[in-house]
Amino acid sequence: MSDDKLVIAGIEFQSRLWVGTGKYKDFAETKKAIEVSGTDVVTVSVRRVNIIDKSKENLLDFIDPKKYKILPNTAGCYTAKEAIRTAMLAAEAGITKLVKLEVIGDQKTLFPDNEATLEAAKVLVKEGLIVLPYTSDDPIMAKKLVDIGCPAIMPLAAPIGSGLGIRNPYNIRIIMETVKVPIVVDAGVGTASDVALAMELGCDAVLLNTAIAGAKDPIAMAEAMKYGVLAGRLAYKAGRIPKKLYATASSPIEGMIGS
Amino acid sequence: MNITLNGEKKEVPDGLTVAGLLEHLSIQSQRVAVELNENIVRKTQYAETVLRNGDSLEVVSFMGGGSAA
Repeated sequence: MSDDKLVIAGIEFQSRLWVGTGKYKDFAETKKAIEVSGTDVVTVSVRRVNIIDKSKENLLDFIDPKKYKILPNTAGCYTAKEAIRTAMLAAEAGITKLVKLEVIGDQKTLFPDNEATLEAAKVLVKEGLIVLPYTSDDPIMAKKLVDIGCPAIMPLAAPIGSGLGIRNPYNIRIIMETVKVPIVVDAGVGTASDVALAMELGCDAVLLNTAIAGAKDPIAMAEAMKYGVLAGRLAYKAGRIPKKLYATASSPIEGMIGS
Repeated sequence: MNITLNGEKKEVPDGLTVAGLLEHLSIQSQRVAVELNENIVRKTQYAETVLRNGDSLEVVSFMGGGSAA
């Protein structure tokens, strides 16, 4: 599997499991879960520096940007303008040109505002950022985003943090047939079988956060996710047998006693 | 003079630069990004960007987060 590398906009990714850094008990747990997951991509949010309490520990003290690819996100942005400002600030911080573009449309579902996402993506691509957009599982939207220069697409599996797994595997398949860029399933997976399924479908990577951070034992779940991705990817490459309605014997008929 | 820093009103000495402000706050400039009145200030301009009364600044950094926060 070591030659089975994922490349997006010329950047080589070692791992097909990408993880978020939110909702952990503390930075020590975040660091441990990330290590155990085997990932080399971590997504981070862009937030105001705490001016009052400057002694607060910095995430980058625990996650070495030399060891991990930092993927800043525009999480929590509800307008194209906010997302553009946040992404531009992330780029200015000087670590990376990558951005996970997220423009949320609604507080209850946290579904993306696709129209605003496209608008923001156009601006950010022109500014030279490598824009990986979080979108609904809509093949038409995926095509529009690729057409304006997004080098990968991040369709949701299910609502963020819901743990429901891939709700519409058929749409994910159609997205993969519609656009010829890497597909990173983002948001909504719950457990290792969900990520395995995403990989078996032929997706290129999975990004998750809550499924690990919210598990009873986040460190153990991080390890489970690592194997889920590896198993799913191997199964995809191996090529599964077709599904059939009736049985096919797996032992030879010849040489049976009494025949 | 008065500025707004990350949404909070703050009194700072006249003639303070962005670099001076970050130093005053003990913030490592390589880990942050700064927006002045909604325009990004490049790191190379921190030393020469002088703040004015009523300016609004955002100083941001990377924090934990996955999606939608």
